[in-house]
Amino acid sequence: MGNRIMSRNVVTDTTFSQPQPMRPGMVVRNVGKVGLVIAPIFSYFFLWAPILLLVIFSFNDSRGVDTWRGFTLRWYQNIFAGTMGGEARFSTELMVNALGNTLIVGLISTAIATVIGTMVALSLARSNLPGKKILDNIMYLPVVIPEITQAVSLAIFFNLVFDFVDNSTGVRGTPGFATIIIGHVAFNISYVAIVVRARLANMNPRLEEAANDLGANTWQTFIRITLPLILPGIVAGSLLALTLSMDDLVITFFNSGIGTTTLPVFVYGLIKTSVTPEVNALSTLMLIFSTVIVGFSLYLQNRSSERPHTRS
Amino acid sequence: MRVFVLIAMLFSVFGITAAQETTAIDTDWTCPAGFEGQQLNVFNWATYIGDSTVSDFELLCGVTVEYNVYDSDDMVITLMRQGNPGYDVAFPTDYIVDILRSEGLLAEIDLANIPNIANIGEQYLNQPFDPENKHSVPYVWGTTGIGYDIDAVGYEITDWVQLFECECRVAWLDSPRAMFSIALTILGYDPNSESPSEIAAARDYLIENSSNVVAIAADDGDSLLAQGEIDIAIEYGGDVGQQIVDCACENLKYVVPNLGGIIDYTSIILLGDGPNPALAQVWMDYILEPEIQASITNTILYPTPNVVAIEEGLIDAEFQNSSAVTLSDEVASNTFFITKVSSEAEQYYTDAWDEVKILTGL
Repeated sequence: MGNRIMSRNVVTDTTFSQPQPMRPGMVVRNVGKVGLVIAPIFSYFFLWAPILLLVIFSFNDSRGVDTWRGFTLRWYQNIFAGTMGGEARFSTELMVNALGNTLIVGLISTAIATVIGTMVALSLARSNLPGKKILDNIMYLPVVIPEITQAVSLAIFFNLVFDFVDNSTGVRGTPGFATIIIGHVAFNISYVAIVVRARLANMNPRLEEAANDLGANTWQTFIRITLPLILPGIVAGSLLALTLSMDDLVITFFNSGIGTTTLPVFVYGLIKTSVTPEVNALSTLMLIFSTVIVGFSLYLQNRSSERPHTRS
Repeated sequence: MRVFVLIAMLFSVFGITAAQETTAIDTDWTCPAGFEGQQLNVFNWATYIGDSTVSDFELLCGVTVEYNVYDSDDMVITLMRQGNPGYDVAFPTDYIVDILRSEGLLAEIDLANIPNIANIGEQYLNQPFDPENKHSVPYVWGTTGIGYDIDAVGYEITDWVQLFECECRVAWLDSPRAMFSIALTILGYDPNSESPSEIAAARDYLIENSSNVVAIAADDGDSLLAQGEIDIAIEYGGDVGQQIVDCACENLKYVVPNLGGIIDYTSIILLGDGPNPALAQVWMDYILEPEIQASITNTILYPTPNVVAIEEGLIDAEFQNSSAVTLSDEVASNTFFITKVSSEAEQYYTDAWDEVKILTGL
């Protein structure tokens, strides 16, 4: 027992070190120190090396993405055909349309899932419903069940709904953006709710009580106190939802209709011929845009947490 | 978020190209009257078509083509079993056509609507997967053979056996049916055997002859070859062909073996319950026009069944004369299709392939 506590100190408490004769603890401490330096270096390397390669190969003068054959800007020229010169090829048009579809689905489903997810998190945290514990756990289901199960069950569900509407009104619905967006909202609610829930758990309930004592009504308390406090959680949850939505292949495919090809489906559809560096170029552009957006949101969060009345 | 919307708008602006006045490909094909303003829903791989095939068709017929992408032929089967979500035509491989056809998921073509079928060589029509071309017309074909670096190997390769005996670095293809059909051919059995004992014998052959294998490549044997990581790869002809074009080098070769080259066809199929079967057949006729089908082959580098296009010299000569395309009569007569087998046999293949992978440690 004592041993474990000591070794924990070695890792966490670096200010405690004083010149002492060599003890077995020192060896552990030194290994720990080296490990502390090496672990992040390796982690960051594994995180960023593939992305760096992706960026480098977006300038590859070849149809393939694995053998370097010289520098070119033509993949970027294809994407920005019209503004940078060069003509838009059919595949480029298709890819850019697919990106547009991905963004439409991603933004709409994220917006809906963020609102619903936050509401669910708040109601689960505040209410005393019977069976709240069970509801709480069911929230994690969409996170752990395999995507394919969700995709197929959604597809069957939509078919049943279409059948029902067809039988009662004679109008036959078809899958399309609506079904994809509903599918994405269905799994994204959980992610948003879980992240917001965690943020709410850290929140000091006395702050809300204090606001009430000082005469704020429930709505004012929510807008002025609760919302700013859980906002980082909401932002984090919605960014997670956006990422998952833009990544999703299986649920999208099973519930897609005419004219709803998304970027992941497009990229997988390239397997028959070859994945060209054009995909790298587009990914690089998306990487730049998302880095800017995340950077911007971090900046906003930092600024708001500097204000005295909020706790981070 | 506003930035995202702005970007989306920017991209959609780029996505819309100015309306063309003339077709990009010069063609005599005329569209039958009466289709103006209609829509065709095409379901295909992402870049498995010519650059201007869609826009030219839209211009000639005054219609809109909605081009949708899928990422595996099996996905077409899955979606069609659920009920056609509204696609008119798709472009699957031969045995997939067979499965869809036998499950009644395809509509019937009236070949009278497709006069351009006359441009297709006799040998490409009436194949076992669709005996009377009631549901499909040929689009492109391809082979699975041997891609190799002649400098590293030192001699020309003409047979599958050489690949197993060669003292060099070999990559197999991660496709149980293709790999077993090769072993079955060498052993003198039917490449589409359903017999458990024959499949077991093929499995033992593969395991015994695996000493020179360095990788079982999913679909990247061609790039391993181009990078010099391996000397021989069992690969799809189109993939190796692209690498040869890309590196413009003399040492990379592709060969369809004398005995037991694997051949595959991609067909345009008429999907059942599609919204516009009439326009779909116009589309098929349009694709089979020599200039159009040639432009597709010149883009995606898969050989064409359109003999008129070949005779008129519309296919890039360098490609048309390459070993991936021009098969000698002897080689051509010894090729075979991978066909649909019973689900039990499918399971034998999958299990036996797993055993091969485990026992060879690859």
